[in-house]
Amino acid sequence: MLKINCPFCGPRTEDEFTCGGQSHIARPVTPAEVSDQQWADYLYQRINPKGVHYERWRHTFGCRQWFNVARDTVSHEIYAVYQMGEPKPSITEKGV
Amino acid sequence: MKRTVKRHEHARINADDPIHFSFDGKRYRGYEGDTLASALLANGVAVVGRSFKIHRPRGVFAAGKEEVNAFVQLEEGPYTEPNARATLVPLYADLKATGQNAWPSVRFDGLAMLGLFKRVLPASFYYKTFKWPSWHTWEGLVRRIAGLGKAPSQPDPQTYQKQTVHTDILIVGAGRAGLMAALEIVREGHQRVLVLDEQEKFGGSLLASAEQADRAWLKRVLADLAGRDNVTLMSRTTVNGYYDHNVLAALERVGNHLGTQAEQSQPRERFWRIHAGQVILATGAHERPLVFPNNDRPGIMLASAIREYTHRYGLTLGDNVVFYANNDSAWDVALELVTAGIKVTAIVDVRSTVVAKLQRRATLAGIELKLGYAVVDTRGRSGIKKLLLRKLTADRDHLTGPKESLSCDLLAISGGWTPAIHLYSQSGGKLIFRDADTCFVPDVASQAVTVVGRANGEFSQPLNLQALWSTPDVSSEYQWIDFQYDVTVSDIQLAVRENFISVEHVKRYTTNGMSIDQGKTSNVNGLAILAQETERQIPEVGTTRFRPPYHPTTIGAYAGRELGPLYTPGFQLPAHVCHVALDAQFEDYGGWQRPEYYPRPGEDEHQAIAREVLAVRNSVGLLDYSPLGKLEVHGPDAREFLNRMYANNMVTLKVGGARYGLMLNEKGIVIDDGVLVCLAEDHFLMHTTSGGAGTIHQVLEEWLQCEWMQLEVLVTNVTTQWATLTLSGPNARQVLEKLDGDIDLAHDSFSHMQYREGTLCGVPARLLRASFTGEVSFEVSVPARHGQALWEELMTAGKNYGITPFGLESLMVMRTEKGYLHVGADTDGNTMPQDLGWAGVIAKKPADFVGRRSLSIEVGQDEQRLQLTGIELLDSSADILAGAHVLSANGDSSTGYVTSAYHSPTLGRTVALGIVAGAHARQDEEVTLFYNGNRQAARLVKPGGYDPEGERLNG
Repeated sequence: MLKINCPFCGPRTEDEFTCGGQSHIARPVTPAEVSDQQWADYLYQRINPKGVHYERWRHTFGCRQWFNVARDTVSHEIYAVYQMGEPKPSITEKGV
Repeated sequence: MKRTVKRHEHARINADDPIHFSFDGKRYRGYEGDTLASALLANGVAVVGRSFKIHRPRGVFAAGKEEVNAFVQLEEGPYTEPNARATLVPLYADLKATGQNAWPSVRFDGLAMLGLFKRVLPASFYYKTFKWPSWHTWEGLVRRIAGLGKAPSQPDPQTYQKQTVHTDILIVGAGRAGLMAALEIVREGHQRVLVLDEQEKFGGSLLASAEQADRAWLKRVLADLAGRDNVTLMSRTTVNGYYDHNVLAALERVGNHLGTQAEQSQPRERFWRIHAGQVILATGAHERPLVFPNNDRPGIMLASAIREYTHRYGLTLGDNVVFYANNDSAWDVALELVTAGIKVTAIVDVRSTVVAKLQRRATLAGIELKLGYAVVDTRGRSGIKKLLLRKLTADRDHLTGPKESLSCDLLAISGGWTPAIHLYSQSGGKLIFRDADTCFVPDVASQAVTVVGRANGEFSQPLNLQALWSTPDVSSEYQWIDFQYDVTVSDIQLAVRENFISVEHVKRYTTNGMSIDQGKTSNVNGLAILAQETERQIPEVGTTRFRPPYHPTTIGAYAGRELGPLYTPGFQLPAHVCHVALDAQFEDYGGWQRPEYYPRPGEDEHQAIAREVLAVRNSVGLLDYSPLGKLEVHGPDAREFLNRMYANNMVTLKVGGARYGLMLNEKGIVIDDGVLVCLAEDHFLMHTTSGGAGTIHQVLEEWLQCEWMQLEVLVTNVTTQWATLTLSGPNARQVLEKLDGDIDLAHDSFSHMQYREGTLCGVPARLLRASFTGEVSFEVSVPARHGQALWEELMTAGKNYGITPFGLESLMVMRTEKGYLHVGADTDGNTMPQDLGWAGVIAKKPADFVGRRSLSIEVGQDEQRLQLTGIELLDSSADILAGAHVLSANGDSSTGYVTSAYHSPTLGRTVALGIVAGAHARQDEEVTLFYNGNRQAARLVKPGGYDPEGERLNG
C-alpha cells in the first residue's frame, strides 16, 4: 500500500486516493482540426514504462484535489509529488 | 498407544488447575498454558488427523504454525472454525474439537483404504481422470472424499475489528533476536517501538529452553521493556502481510484463547494495519523434515517440536526415542532429553562423521550412534514402532550393506532449518541460497527492513549440515514431502517426467506446498528434489513466490464491522417516515432507499403501479424525487464551462430558464442527461440523473483541475441539501396553489421549462417546471430538513384531488409511455448523441464540447449503429421484457435489443424502447423480437405513444 504525500493534506494512505493514469497529456487546442489518428492517440495511447511514471492522482477521500506523482513502477517508490500545471521534475536514477 | 504423561516440574503450565476439553467426542484433561496439541499428546492421543488425499493416519508433527497434520475442526455451529492448527490453539475450558477429513473418526477412518490405492492416485490423477464428461460430474464425490474442515454454515456471532497503528520501529517476533533488537533500540533513543509476537507468551524458542539462565534473561528483558512508555508489546498477533511503503498487516487474536465463552463486548480478532518507519524481522526459522519411506507415521516429529513439548509443556513423549538427522542441532536436543531423564536410544545421522565433541557427549549419555546411515522404512500403524536402516555410500548416492532395525516409540527428525523469510520476501527483498546450511537467506532488501536472528540464517551454533534430500535406492512412492496433501518424491519425479520444470508449475501440478501450511515444511525439500531430478542447482530452480497471508487469516477479520447494514452507508429520503407510514415498497437505488410503489392492501405490484399511473394522468400524484442530482456551478466562467460540458448549446440559456442537456465523455459516449437551470448570469443549477451527482461532480472537477485551470468556476454538490418533491398531473397547479407562498404559479408567468424561487410555507423554495411523466409537473425543492413537512402539506392540500403518492417504478412506466430516455437503461457504453436523434442539435452548436471530435470518427458515422427507437408489439395484448433481442431479417442474429418495456395502463398495451441497428431509417419496419425462446412480431416506431404533441405537459 502506497503512502502518498498529498500536496494539500500531507501524507495519507493509498486507499484515500484514486489513480487517474498518465499525466501531462495535452488536449488538442482545436480538436476539429486534428486527424483521427492524432485524436485517437490523445484518447488512447499511453506509455507503460518500467521505472519512473508521471501520473495524476486525486485525493478522493480528502481534499478531492488532483495532483501529479512521479512513481517508480518497479519499486513503487514515489520520487516527487507536484501540483497540476507544474512541469515534470527531472528524476535521476535515485530521487529528484 | 494410550498413556497419560506426568509433567516435568519446570513446565510452563498451571498444573494446579485442570481444565476439561473434548476431542472427537471424548473428554480429556489439560492445563492452562497447554495448546490443544500438547494436551492431546499429554493424554496419549496419537492420531489427530488424516491426510488430504489418501487418509493416512497422522499425529502431531510440530509445535508451531509449521504443523502439517494436526488440523482440527474447532467448536460447533456458528462458532465453528475449520482447519485450526492444534499446535496454535490455546487450551480453554470446555474446548470442543473434532478431527477432520475422516469418517466416523480420525482413529477409525473408513476411507483409510484409499491408502491402498496410492499407486494409482499420483499427482495428476484428478487432471487426467476426472475430465470425462466434465470435472463437475465428479466434483461432489471428490470433494467429499478429499477434504479439509467444514466451513461454518451459520453467521458468526462474534465480532471483529480493524485498526491502524503508526510506529517508528516495528519488530516482528519477540524471541531472543527480536527482544535483543528492542533492547538495543530503547537504549539508544526514544523512538516508538512496537513488538509483535504470534504466540500466547513472549520468548519464541526461549520458551522451549531447558536453561534456567534463558528463562531469567527473558523475564528481566520483558520487565525492562514493559516499563518503557515508548515500547508496546503485543502477543497473540501474527504479522501476515508485508506491502509497499512499509505497510504491514497483522491479526491479533483478542479473545480466541477464551473460546466461545468470551465476552461479546470485545472482538474475537482484530485486524491491524501497521505503518512502520523501520521494520525488524525476527521471525525465526522452521525445522525441516527429512524425507524417507513412510516418514509420515504418528510418532515421527520434528526434533525442535519434541524439545518444546518436553521443556515448555513438560511432556515425556517417548520412552525409547530415536533421532534421525543430518545436522548438529538435533544432537543438542537429544542430549537435552537425556538430561531431562528421557531415554534416547540412538541417533541415526546421514553424515558419516560428526564433530568429535558431540559424538563423545552422546556416547557418554548412552546413545547408540548410527553414522552414515539412512532410514529405509518405518513400521507401526497408529504409532511408530520400528525403523529399518541401511548404510549410505560415501557420496550418499546409494545404499550399501545389510538392513538393520531399531525399535523406538518416538522418532525425532531434523533435516535442517528454513529461515522464515516469508515477510521479507513479500517486502520485495532478494534472497540468496546458502549452500552450507542449504537454505535461502535475505540478500538485498528493497524497503526499510532488517532481518535478524535465525530468520537471517544466524544460527547459534554451526549446523554442519550435509543434505540427503530423500532415501536413494528405495521406492520414492512413500517418501512424503508435503504431508497434508500426500505429495511424495514420486509425484515430483512424475512432474519432471511430464516436462514440468518450473518450480511454479511443479508446485501446481503436484500441489506440493499448497497445503494449509503453504510449504513451511515442504518447500525447500520439494525444490531440492526438483533440482536433483532436473540436474540443476537449487538457486537455479529458485523458490515459488511468497504471497500474503503468511498464516491463514479469518475472513471475518478482513471484513471487520463492515457487514450487513454497516457494509455501506445508505441514504434515506427526507420524508422517509412518510413513505414507511404509507407502506411503500422500498428498493435500493444507487444507495438511496426509495419507494418503488405504494401497494394498498390486496394490491399486487402491477395493480399498484397501474393505480398510481392513472392517478397522475387523471388528477395529481406526488413523488419524492430528492435523490435527483443537484450541482451548483458558480463563477464568471460558469457558462463557458457548461457550454464545453454539454453536447447542446447552453450559451443562449436565459436567467430563469431551464434546458435539457446531454453530457458526453471525451470518447463521445453519453454519460448523463438532465435539466440545466440558469439561476443568474454566473450561477447555474445542474441536474444529473439520480445517483449520478457524485460521479458527474468528479468529472467536472477533473476538467476544471486538470485541463481548464484558467477557468474561474466553483462546483458544489448540493444534492442532499435540498429535498425535492415532484407534484405531477393535470391538477398539480391547483394543489400547489393551496400552499402559502410568494411565487406566481399562473401558466402565463411560469410555463414549462421555467424556474422560479421564493418561499413556500415560510421556507425557501426552488420551483422547476420540468416533466418526466409527460404531465404538468412542479419539482419543488426546499431545504432537506423541511422535506417531510412539505410532503405532509402537499398531501393535505391535494386531498380533494385524490393526490396519490407514486413510486419510481410508476415514474418509469410514465416516462416510457412518453418515450423519454433513461441514460444507463436506454443507452449502453457505445451510445453517442446521434444515436438518440441529436445529430441536428449538435450540428447547430458552433462551439467545441467534450467528446465532439469523437463523434465524427468513422465508427461514429456508421449507419448501422444501435439507435434509440420505440418498439410496438403487433399483438397489443402481448408482453415483452427488457433484454429481448431484435432479430435480423433472416433471424440468425441480433440487431439490437429492448432496453425498457412496461405495461402501460394508460394505453392498455406494452410500451417499449430499444436500441436497434440503423433504427432511425427503419421506422415502421416489422421485426421479430426474441426472448427466452419465444418470438413476437413487433414494429419499430417513434418513441412515445402517449401525448406525442406534448400538449399535456404545457398545461
